[in-house]
Amino acid sequence: MLTSVTRIEKEIEARTEEKARLCYQCKKCAAGCPVSFAMDLLPHEIMNCVCRGMDERVLTSSTIWLCAACETCSVRCPNGIDIAGVMDALRSISLERHYPPAEPHVTAFHRSFLAGIRGTGRTNEPVLIGIYKLLSRRLLDDIGLGAKMIAKGKIKPVPRFVKDRSVIRRIFKAAKTRVRT
Amino acid sequence: MTYNYAYFPGCSQVGSAEEYGLSTLTVCKKLGIELAELQDWNCCGASSAHMTDEFLSFALPARNLALARKTGLDLLVVCAACYSRMNAAKARINSDKGLCEEISEAIGANPLFEGRIRHLLDVIVNDIGVAEIKKHVKKDLSGIKAVPYYGCLLVRPREFCFCDSTENPTDLDRLISALGVEVRKWSYKTDCCGGSLSLSRNDIVQKLVNRIFEEAFKSGADLIVTACPMCQANLEMRQRPGKLRFKLVHHMPVVYFTEILGLAMELEGWREWLKAHLISPKPLLEKIDSGGVG
Repeated sequence: MLTSVTRIEKEIEARTEEKARLCYQCKKCAAGCPVSFAMDLLPHEIMNCVCRGMDERVLTSSTIWLCAACETCSVRCPNGIDIAGVMDALRSISLERHYPPAEPHVTAFHRSFLAGIRGTGRTNEPVLIGIYKLLSRRLLDDIGLGAKMIAKGKIKPVPRFVKDRSVIRRIFKAAKTRVRT
Repeated sequence: MTYNYAYFPGCSQVGSAEEYGLSTLTVCKKLGIELAELQDWNCCGASSAHMTDEFLSFALPARNLALARKTGLDLLVVCAACYSRMNAAKARINSDKGLCEEISEAIGANPLFEGRIRHLLDVIVNDIGVAEIKKHVKKDLSGIKAVPYYGCLLVRPREFCFCDSTENPTDLDRLISALGVEVRKWSYKTDCCGGSLSLSRNDIVQKLVNRIFEEAFKSGADLIVTACPMCQANLEMRQRPGKLRFKLVHHMPVVYFTEILGLAMELEGWREWLKAHLISPKPLLEKIDSGGVG
């Protein structure tokens, strides 16, 4: 049985039960990855860096934020590593260790998405887009498209709310204060 | 035979994909699938939760699972992303006692859901069956050439895949072919459209979306049929800007399988559903109306 050696490898295993060390660099993940052309490290290189304990290289890579979580790599890995799950863990670790994100617009999108849910309990397009524009400071992006979507009724002006918002607040509070075991 | 389900619509189906929600309700009514909408359901957290906060990604769907538990019914979902997240949460909560207790405390309810979580496409193709669907077809759609687009989350991960294959599924193929539609072969059925990056890195997404359209054109299709509101929105939103950068001018409509079912069965409302699309399927409909399809 292979044992995780480096700190980050152990941290990934504790969160996901996945062993990066099982990777034998066949590059099947990289070959099938739809976003690989934009990544600074290919998925198999991420696995290699993890096994070598190159925390900073991995956690400041654009790859962890550009991974679209399509899970193509996970279903094709001959060693059964859930690579997309490893990417999830790396994103969380990167945020928890306060590394500056290599893709600030992507993290701004995720923050906006979750802020919208925290406020309303639902995902509402105008709330999400509004917060995202403020956080990303890309106020003018997709203005024409947005107008067309409003005209077609794709963006509803009035947001919908969950009635029991106290439970949504409790979920977010628990997520923030929980102690990682 | 009637089918009873607790129903989780999901945020898109009352927002940007309202036509998917409406066509779902109409099609289900016609096919005898009774839906009891979960009371006061909340967002499942989708990609942003599982990408950045593991606890949220299980606790947000858990509240819906607790609501579904009370109904004693199986749970029906139509959004591919919700389907994936609800299943992931169920699998983890039911196997991790510590997490289950932690979540119970936060939501003040028991999230252990023993029922099944089903996608509508699965119920229609694999429970009701295409033979039964054929009996409901009133409109002749032969001559429409379409490619089925599954995207990611209907077929991956393998544990939650109800289709017959993760690489070359045929469930949606069989359904639309039963409606008389000519299903064209292509290799991009399960390729990712990059939906989660649509707002933040639209340069990347345009490349993915345009490749999907180019392949759909090459296959000879004039329509894409999907079962995921994220894919549908992304494919519609991001194919137009591609005009400037790519040789092909894309104007291929993308419709939900429930819409084309409603159209084939001539259910009330199908014209209204299709009006909500950014890329109008109107030219295609005119061909059908004039009887000169093909």
